[in-house]
Amino acid sequence: MIRVTRRLEFSAAHFYHNPDFSAEENRRIFGNCNNPYGHGHNYVLEVTVAGDPDPATGMVLDLKELKEILNREVAERMDHRHLNYEVPELRGKIPTCENIAAVIWALLEPKITRGRLDRVRVYESADLFADCMAEPNGTSRREGGS
Amino acid sequence: MSRSLKLSLTRRYHFAASHRLYSAAFSQEENQRLYGKCGNPYGHGHNYQVEVTVTGPVDPATGMVANLGELDPFVAREVVEPFDQKYLNEEVPEFRDQVPTTENVCREIYRRLRRFPSARLERVRIQETSNNSVEFAGEPQECAQ
Repeated sequence: MIRVTRRLEFSAAHFYHNPDFSAEENRRIFGNCNNPYGHGHNYVLEVTVAGDPDPATGMVLDLKELKEILNREVAERMDHRHLNYEVPELRGKIPTCENIAAVIWALLEPKITRGRLDRVRVYESADLFADCMAEPNGTSRREGGS
Repeated sequence: MSRSLKLSLTRRYHFAASHRLYSAAFSQEENQRLYGKCGNPYGHGHNYQVEVTVTGPVDPATGMVANLGELDPFVAREVVEPFDQKYLNEEVPEFRDQVPTTENVCREIYRRLRRFPSARLERVRIQETSNNSVEFAGEPQECAQ
């Protein structure tokens, strides 16, 4: 099995706020990220697809196609958007990198028809990222929204 | 179509420390052969980068596997403060009896961070330089907990 990874950058605004918490709890739990005006990041998405290369083409999947899928499903939805207000898939969720990775997984999984989606990694900064992967043993519990 | 998912969060921390690779169990010649210039008796230093990966369910109320408001101070207390700007061989007690190779430093950091109460420690990865990295995800029996 070979793993192929494609990268995409997008820039977006967000803030963390849970309406079920008091103003004090929101500030205590989310700190600076609770600023209601929002703030932004240059997110880096790494999408990994696993499979065996087609002997005729030498490819697990066509990277041009993957690039188009990422542009359509992720960049058009999230690039230069406010994640709290403009991305329906994130509505009702705190737009943490964990939730963004889970949402991107759910958007991409049905679109990857060659190979298998292996990992979605979302960097919020060079020092912080979330990974969304299938459980190795594929048991019942589904975590992380969507 | 939908497989069950696993979410993890990785945070990178930094510390700068000096060390020396030397074992009293070996002769001078053996130390020289094994550790080369890393055995220089005056020590030398690195800017270490530590990637800490934790995993667990995403709390729907916060959207988080672990709140950095808890993870950052925990790692600071357990690792960054005791290791940063220190001579590992002398100032971190665990390295008085074991050579502070990147492997041993990685395993010691894993041991300290396993006590993090709010999410499961999955892996510690250390870069000693941009060319060397070491990863430790626990022994198989530790993972099975």
